[in-house]
Amino acid sequence: MLNLNLKIGQEDIEQEATRKGYGQGVLDLALEDERVVVLTADLAESTQVLEFAKKYPQRFIECGVAEQNMMGIAAGLALYGKVPFVSSYAVFSPGRSWDQLRVSVCYSRANVKVAGAHTGVSVGPDGATHQALEDIAITRVLPNLTVVVPCDFVEARKAVVALGRMEGSAYFRVGRSKTPLITTVETPFVVGKAEVFREGDDVVVIGSGPVLYNALLTAIDLEKEGISCMVVNNHTIKPIDIQTIKSAAKKCGAVVTVEEHQIMAGCGSAVAEVLALHYPVPVEMVGMQNTFGESGKPEELLAKYKMDKAAVVEAVRRVLKRKM
Amino acid sequence: MQKLSINELKYKANDVRQDIIEMLLEAGSGHSAGPLGMADVFTALYFNVLNHQPEIPKWPDRDFLVLSCGHINPVLYASLAEAGYFPKEELKTLRKLNSRLQGHPHNLSLPGLETTSGPLAQGVSQSVGFAYGLMMDRKKSQRVYLIMSDGEQQEGQTWEGVMFAGKYKLHNLTAIIDRNNIQIDGYTEDIMPLENLKAKYEAFNWHVLEVDGHNLQEIIDACYEAKAIYEKPTVIIAHTIPGKGVDFMEGDYKWHGSPPDKAQAKLALDEIRTLRGQIKSEHE
Repeated sequence: MLNLNLKIGQEDIEQEATRKGYGQGVLDLALEDERVVVLTADLAESTQVLEFAKKYPQRFIECGVAEQNMMGIAAGLALYGKVPFVSSYAVFSPGRSWDQLRVSVCYSRANVKVAGAHTGVSVGPDGATHQALEDIAITRVLPNLTVVVPCDFVEARKAVVALGRMEGSAYFRVGRSKTPLITTVETPFVVGKAEVFREGDDVVVIGSGPVLYNALLTAIDLEKEGISCMVVNNHTIKPIDIQTIKSAAKKCGAVVTVEEHQIMAGCGSAVAEVLALHYPVPVEMVGMQNTFGESGKPEELLAKYKMDKAAVVEAVRRVLKRKM
Repeated sequence: MQKLSINELKYKANDVRQDIIEMLLEAGSGHSAGPLGMADVFTALYFNVLNHQPEIPKWPDRDFLVLSCGHINPVLYASLAEAGYFPKEELKTLRKLNSRLQGHPHNLSLPGLETTSGPLAQGVSQSVGFAYGLMMDRKKSQRVYLIMSDGEQQEGQTWEGVMFAGKYKLHNLTAIIDRNNIQIDGYTEDIMPLENLKAKYEAFNWHVLEVDGHNLQEIIDACYEAKAIYEKPTVIIAHTIPGKGVDFMEGDYKWHGSPPDKAQAKLALDEIRTLRGQIKSEHE
């Protein structure tokens, strides 16, 4: 049983930011594992680890504005025996600390968990400098690294706990703005296991992150036109769930990918790689089209840069025309 | 591990230097000057200062040594092999396919390596992580030793780590800088001046000591003095001669990143084995 939120598609669906899920998740984890420590580079409040800092001052490490050092310290702490969570904006970490992530963490198999906050254009008014649209690309290319993109607050919280319990390096991305609660506490979450959130057989929309909600809205709308649209939550970009993606493509024969990230080397590319190797079908991608963002409101930006519901609907129509 | 006397250390350092030349000749690539210049410091550490058990590399109560300037790893590998972490014959596999002796240290490849390094300054933050972890757990008898090059002081990350260690008063951290004044492109003070290095570290709230990096007694004394400093981390600026022990390499930055050829290696080994003609080589 998926036990998704029954309010999906309704105006009054509850909303919460995925970054809050990170903050809650480390609190959950801290209770069961005293090795858990949290590091931040002067962004405790906006990465939502302030509660942790208050509750566990001895396990909270303020690094100042120095993301490279923070990543390296986390590696040292992990190799020593701690389970460090590195908290910053994704544009800074892993953006500025990629070399340290690559060598000190991934190549060394250090048990470090990296939280990249403020991802996608929905960061909003801060503008392009602070909108991470490349973090999946630069993380999923690294060996030994698990990459997870939770679709809502509840899933983010579960993902943090699941990754904390796993031995190994991990990156997960969270967002700034409040987004609909798609899942509930009862919804299953297993790292590396994509979930079919809605059945269908004409086309499958495979997505990750809060924009997955637009895929669900699209499916509801298109049903009225008699188009049966499957929706898959591909929360784990790496290791990717080849089996679920392959069988969805087999069943539907056409795929649309949705993400709030550059379409190059992101979730869509990861899905396209699976399809190219295992079951080639027509693919359309919804995501950032090789450009930077700008200041604005999240919903304005998602519309302008074509990652809203309308963009998903259009992509579905395009891919259906290409379907054999 | 049993501590060697100053006289025994002198001969051990000589063995380490021979290992380095033999390894580099066999490998056909790698750095010569740095490893030879740091042979005395590494010998002092692995055979006197460090609290470690080569037969149990992951002994939980050990001191941690982090080599940040990974490119001088021939001296680390030679010291580890001499200490008994792995067979000495394996030194000849340096930089070769399927070897545990990677071109730059990789923690998972070889026993005795705590971290992975090569991109400069990463070891600074790693060592700070170890030191902070020990401090959190109130493990007061263990220490962290960080080995840095002088060229590495040009990396921004170095100072991020140094600033952090100063703030948190990581007195269980002893850093040693190989102050040999050379880097790949030339002399440090021409490429990007580092002086006044002592004043810089003091400004970051570190205790600073300076030693002759080839005087074993001075190196050991400084390491013990660092243990007695409780308010701040200590950095030991070890003034070394790059290529120390081999006449034609000493002080010449061209040897920073290159290995000797066969004839040069023979010349170098003859010189090292006889301690510059002071003793008879057993190889003659």
